[in-house]
Amino acid sequence: MAKFRLPANSIVRKGRYYAAAGASRGGRIRRFVVYRYDAAAGGNPRTDTYEVDLDDCGPMVLDALIKIKNETDSTLAFRRSCREGICGSCSMNICGRNTLACTRAISDVRGDVRVFPLPHLPVIRDLVPDLTHFYAQYASIKPWMRTQTPPPPDRERLQSVEDRDKLDGLEECILCACCSTSCPSYWWNGDRYLGPAILLQAYRWIADSRDEAAGERLDEIEDPFKLYRCHTIMNCADACPKGLNPAKAIAEIKKLLVARRF
Amino acid sequence: MSQPDSRPLSPHLQVYRLPLTALLSILHRFTGVVLALGMAPLTGVLVAAAADAALYEQLRALLSAWWGQALLALWTGALYFHLCTGIRHLFWDAGLGFDVAVAFRTSLWTVAAALALTALTWLAALWVRGMLA
Repeated sequence: MAKFRLPANSIVRKGRYYAAAGASRGGRIRRFVVYRYDAAAGGNPRTDTYEVDLDDCGPMVLDALIKIKNETDSTLAFRRSCREGICGSCSMNICGRNTLACTRAISDVRGDVRVFPLPHLPVIRDLVPDLTHFYAQYASIKPWMRTQTPPPPDRERLQSVEDRDKLDGLEECILCACCSTSCPSYWWNGDRYLGPAILLQAYRWIADSRDEAAGERLDEIEDPFKLYRCHTIMNCADACPKGLNPAKAIAEIKKLLVARRF
Repeated sequence: MSQPDSRPLSPHLQVYRLPLTALLSILHRFTGVVLALGMAPLTGVLVAAAADAALYEQLRALLSAWWGQALLALWTGALYFHLCTGIRHLFWDAGLGFDVAVAFRTSLWTVAAALALTALTWLAALWVRGMLA
């Protein structure tokens, strides 16, 4: 059953305020309201507010977080790596929408920049959620090429240009979990519903001309909870920082399941 | 890491800015519930019309009161909204209209169509009542 309210230990309190230091005071100041949680310190999560001088900061939200960590508060924890939208590490909720901190420009959001971890996940620390279950669901769809026939002895398994085109819009997924954690269905039923990211990945293999297990893949996925908790809410496509459309991929899976009955 | 149960749950509905498609989705479910709940008393009115003229007159008086009319208007609004979003679901089931910009536009069309159909129905109903009076 869906629980719309946060448990008592998860309610967010108001935290500390870090004013920008001396010289920066004259610059373009923007407030960053950031979710904080430290298991060692105990207590509930809180939001700390940091003033950041945009004249002395890179253009992206990730630049501001790194600046805060370097100059103001080294205890702030977040994941980041490539800073160019290809690793999927810095996925978080920025001003009410899931996205990558490295590709979301500060100038694109109005007012205070509110930064929260990906929604409806257990928080390890600050902006670092626990994605163990998400990765386990990914493993459950066996995301590798499954074949019966031996590969040609003298070359790789080839694919026509047309068949390769079918993977466009699927293989670009970086598994950042922005879509899955934007999905209310995944919030309420994430224990059993695979969620948009994993279903898009499932379709990526079903649609691959070289894979020979499409039937088994459909069998494994045909389930009221694993697949059919998708109600086309469309938060996934709205959130995807790569511009992919998991809702469409899920619809294609549903179509294949209907088509194979005839 | 050692005590997963003590970990807080990150905020969800509390912070998420739901896009228009999501608002229509939850309204689709809500109107579905409203239709189911409203169907019972409306069926009761029909049964009364067939079975007992005096009871039907009483029910008609209730439905003619301003709040009865308001409930009926909301119910017809729910009916047309649910119908329009339902038709959009059929397109989605056929794999059409998933582009984010398209889904936003069809959301607006769906709301507009539901409002227009509700208004048309009520204009027609009031016109018929005028003819009969």
